[in-house]
Amino acid sequence: MKNRSLVSIDDFSTDEILQILDHAEEFEKEPVRKLLEGKVIATLFFEPSTRTRLSFESAINRLGGKIVGFADASSSSVSKGETLHDTIKMVSSYSDLIVMRHPIEGSARYASEIASVPVINAGDGANQHPTQTMLDLYSIRKTQGRLDNLNIFMVGDLKYGRTVHSLMMAMSRWNSTFNFISPEELRMPDEFKLYLDNMGLKYYEHNDFTDIISKADIIYMTRVQKERFSDPIEYEKVKNVYVLRNSMLKNTKPNMRILHPLPRVNEIHTDVDTSPKAYYFEQALNGVYVRQSILCTLLGINLTA
Amino acid sequence: MKEPKQMSVSAIQNGTVIDHVPAKNLFKVIQILGLDKIEHQITFGTNLESKKLGRKAIIKISEKFFADDDINRIALVAPDAKLNIIKDYEVVEKKVVEVPDIIIGIARCMNPKCITNFESVTTRFKVISKKNVSLKCHYCEKITNQENLQII
Repeated sequence: MKNRSLVSIDDFSTDEILQILDHAEEFEKEPVRKLLEGKVIATLFFEPSTRTRLSFESAINRLGGKIVGFADASSSSVSKGETLHDTIKMVSSYSDLIVMRHPIEGSARYASEIASVPVINAGDGANQHPTQTMLDLYSIRKTQGRLDNLNIFMVGDLKYGRTVHSLMMAMSRWNSTFNFISPEELRMPDEFKLYLDNMGLKYYEHNDFTDIISKADIIYMTRVQKERFSDPIEYEKVKNVYVLRNSMLKNTKPNMRILHPLPRVNEIHTDVDTSPKAYYFEQALNGVYVRQSILCTLLGINLTA
Repeated sequence: MKEPKQMSVSAIQNGTVIDHVPAKNLFKVIQILGLDKIEHQITFGTNLESKKLGRKAIIKISEKFFADDDINRIALVAPDAKLNIIKDYEVVEKKVVEVPDIIIGIARCMNPKCITNFESVTTRFKVISKKNVSLKCHYCEKITNQENLQII
């Protein structure tokens, strides 16, 4: 995988994904290793994303690497009208690897074709965010002890939610069963359901939380955003339907864990936070180990060296 | 009355005849095949009557023979095109066009947020359906269908 870019989770085979997860486990055991000493990593955030940027920068710092870059486009040459092409050409001569977040879809693939160094896509518009998917996979494997044959519940905005689409596509490699809980307006798009049909995987759609969640191994929560609704009254009707509360967890399986890509607003009540089934904050921490693993893998750095 | 002078598009000795091109897409075919830049003799007729297409165009190119990969690039604009390969005034081979697996630089991605609509990037699609043409953008990974298809 040395010198390859990570633009979309589909760029990597199942074995390659598992290898990244295995290495992430090593970083969890021993996070501080000076494996990136002397390396310069560019973090180019053409749109602000504090959480993702800090997670990457934490990963790079723990590995002893140095960071150049910017946290939003207004402080970069983009504001002077420089093309993405020229920015990437220039930055690839200053750095050993580029981490990039950009609001335009397909920008990461394009950057990976221009850059002379590997590019990690840290989100390109509504398209892909593969390191989020990797850390979701890591969190699922860690809490369940496996990835095969799990019952995955996805809740909230399933229409526009980039993270649920990528995670669903990735988990389809391990024979998952899916349950989709969402308002009518924000259902899983047909193209993804068609994909599951073609894979021969089972999925069920629901309009609200019911006793069915007692079957879940993973509940993946997402935010239902007001601006996604054409009719504000529709939003008012559903906004409290998709809120997970501690009392609802009574009959859920002991191994069940709740994930959320964060930031959370009100869709997980704070009374869930102290439940042993709440896993979203650990999930965010796992992101640092997974990103350490990805950085080293793409730079061809051997963990044992 | 004087007999009207007829100027017919004469037969070619050696080369390729592309028939059943939709009249409105004649110049797109010329552009895609780069016929505006070659040295060979070319004759074409357009707005000819066709039972199948309404109005069709026909292109005759002397001394030019296309590789399948090249000619298939016109499939998006002239899906019913038929080729006659001419040697010594005789049709020696007939070909139809077939939608290729990958389309480079011919179609526009319909996603307004796609990078190809912001910077000068050559578009690139994987053809996921050939019958009702459906293209998946190599960059933004969104689908462009037949009804939204725009030729650059």
